[in-house]
Amino acid sequence: MGRLLLRRLLLALPALLGLLVLTFILLRVVPSDPSTALAGENATPEQIEAIRKAYGFDQPLWRQFVVYIGQVATGDLGNSIFTEQPVIRDIARRLPATIELVLMALIFATCVGIPLGVLAAVHHNSAFDHAVRVITVGGLAIAPFWFAIILQLIFSMDLNWLPLRGRLPVQVQPPEFITGLYMPDSLLSGRLDLFLQSAHHMILPAFTLSLGSLASITRFTRAGVLETLQKDFVSYERAAGYPDRRIIWVYVLRNSVVATVTQIGLLFGALIAGAVAIETIFDWPGIGSYAVQAILTSDYKAILAVTLVVGVIYALVNLVVDIVHALLDPRVAEEN
Amino acid sequence: MTASAPALLDVRNLSVAVDTDEGVASILDGVNFQLAPGSIHGVVGESGCGKSTLIKAILGLLPARSRATEGSVALNGKPLFGLEQASTAHSVRGRQIGFIPQDPFLALNPVFRVGDQLLEAMWWHGAGSDDTNREKPRAQRRRAYSERIVELLRAVQLPDPELALARYPHQFSGGQRQRLLIAAALACAPQVVLADEPTTALDVTTQLQILKLLRQLTRERGVSMMFVTHDFGVVAQLCDTVTVMYAGQTVETGPVATVMEQPSHPYTRMLLACHPERSVELKGIPGAVPSPLRPPAGCRFNPRCPEVIPDCESGRPKLLPASAGRHVACFRCHAEAVP
Repeated sequence: MGRLLLRRLLLALPALLGLLVLTFILLRVVPSDPSTALAGENATPEQIEAIRKAYGFDQPLWRQFVVYIGQVATGDLGNSIFTEQPVIRDIARRLPATIELVLMALIFATCVGIPLGVLAAVHHNSAFDHAVRVITVGGLAIAPFWFAIILQLIFSMDLNWLPLRGRLPVQVQPPEFITGLYMPDSLLSGRLDLFLQSAHHMILPAFTLSLGSLASITRFTRAGVLETLQKDFVSYERAAGYPDRRIIWVYVLRNSVVATVTQIGLLFGALIAGAVAIETIFDWPGIGSYAVQAILTSDYKAILAVTLVVGVIYALVNLVVDIVHALLDPRVAEEN
Repeated sequence: MTASAPALLDVRNLSVAVDTDEGVASILDGVNFQLAPGSIHGVVGESGCGKSTLIKAILGLLPARSRATEGSVALNGKPLFGLEQASTAHSVRGRQIGFIPQDPFLALNPVFRVGDQLLEAMWWHGAGSDDTNREKPRAQRRRAYSERIVELLRAVQLPDPELALARYPHQFSGGQRQRLLIAAALACAPQVVLADEPTTALDVTTQLQILKLLRQLTRERGVSMMFVTHDFGVVAQLCDTVTVMYAGQTVETGPVATVMEQPSHPYTRMLLACHPERSVELKGIPGAVPSPLRPPAGCRFNPRCPEVIPDCESGRPKLLPASAGRHVACFRCHAEAVP
């Protein structure tokens, strides 16, 4: 197991380097000049040229990249052009908000998607199965940003049941910083009122963000369970007198969720990408909205840093997926 | 078919049909056999003669479009039909009837520890009628049942039975897995064990060991067993009585020695002649098992039978008593027996 994890970690390094190369090149290919953005609207060409020299933008691209990688290797991700703060500090402040949002969406999608998928498979081709299929196709097809706005109109503007934006009401102080996630932090510091408020703010953004993943998890679970139900050991378990519910929810499910777990790992990346739109709509102070702002201002160090951080998270999540795989299926642990 | 002891498992005139897109197929047609207490009854026949369907019908696990159209299955004099209802099935499968599957490589769940799988049936059904552990708190119950499993694994001669509980199925060989499944079948101390060709997937030497083990265990524990196989050699080594099936029908049934020494039904004779130990040249039976969708009229064996008389093509032969405690379903044999 230890060797498996070490190998996966080492394999993640070249992937992250490749990610940086790609982002770096893409940023310079697009026709937007950070020097112009830095210099402001009324800058003279001479001023822009001076900035270009000062920041090293006049150097060849490969040299700029080597300098940047050298800085990254020593843990320096540079300063944001826009906030003039170290990028790493901006991200550290905003990352917990995104993590909390994505985790909640994923937990909701998993807790609802897996049972839905199992029931759809057990009663396959029933009215219930067809209903689940319609809903999941809908969940995959609906544009989340559009759906988010519709839900805001109904539940926040019309009915006034749910807050429109943010993690907490504007005048409320967030809980003491422990993990940076408001819901666990408020519980840990014994503030039930804050917990309820942040949960209240979480409902709409997490729900809209989760829809695609919910659909995907449901479908993967359904397919996995249907396949497992054909296995010989299921008929053996019936003949041997195991209770039906135990067969489905314990013996079949554990064999079926291996594919679903892989899917959940991949979904984590999709959810962070999806958070960019959702955070913007719900004014959620996470790295998604930070990335949007950075792109609009050609804040290339911020963009690169966000890319790198998301890449690292993605690699870590897939490491967790590998561990869960090995826990679910003893044969996986032995192969490695 | 011993007349003295009442049958423990009594299958009477059992017929099973399956709805297919091409019409109704008759898989079992009037199957009869009785399993006497403490005996081993072999059910022998070619592939496709309905042996596995018979087991599924007894367990109440017929697939979705199949149904029992006629007949009855009784255990201890109580009818088992209505097994489709979960509550009845729950008290029968595992608890009163143990099951040994055909392929030990596929029957165990690959992602659960062997100990947990062997515990499962006992956890819900208890370990027999004199089991005092059922009322105990969970932890004690678990310990008591684990001890029983270890004892069973020792009885099936599995090496290191204590260590086996924490291992997974893929860490065992085929023969060892079949031993695990035999232990599982005996766990709830059932009266009857149904074995579905449990040695087919194993190599010859392992086969022999497993057969010896089954014979010894059923004797020691007073368990009756119905043993389904395509192999008369296995029947000779293991069984007390035997039923020969052809295309879903019982053709002959009786004590193993009599049926094998003096087979009266032409099919039994031909099937016995196919055994390499019994004849020098390799023999087969010309023709093939008929499709259950369009079984031949009359006796289902008549298209392949060398001794057809006119009756064979008109009516279905009844299973009637013949010499030496046998029952035979064959017009020619009936005609010869009653001159």
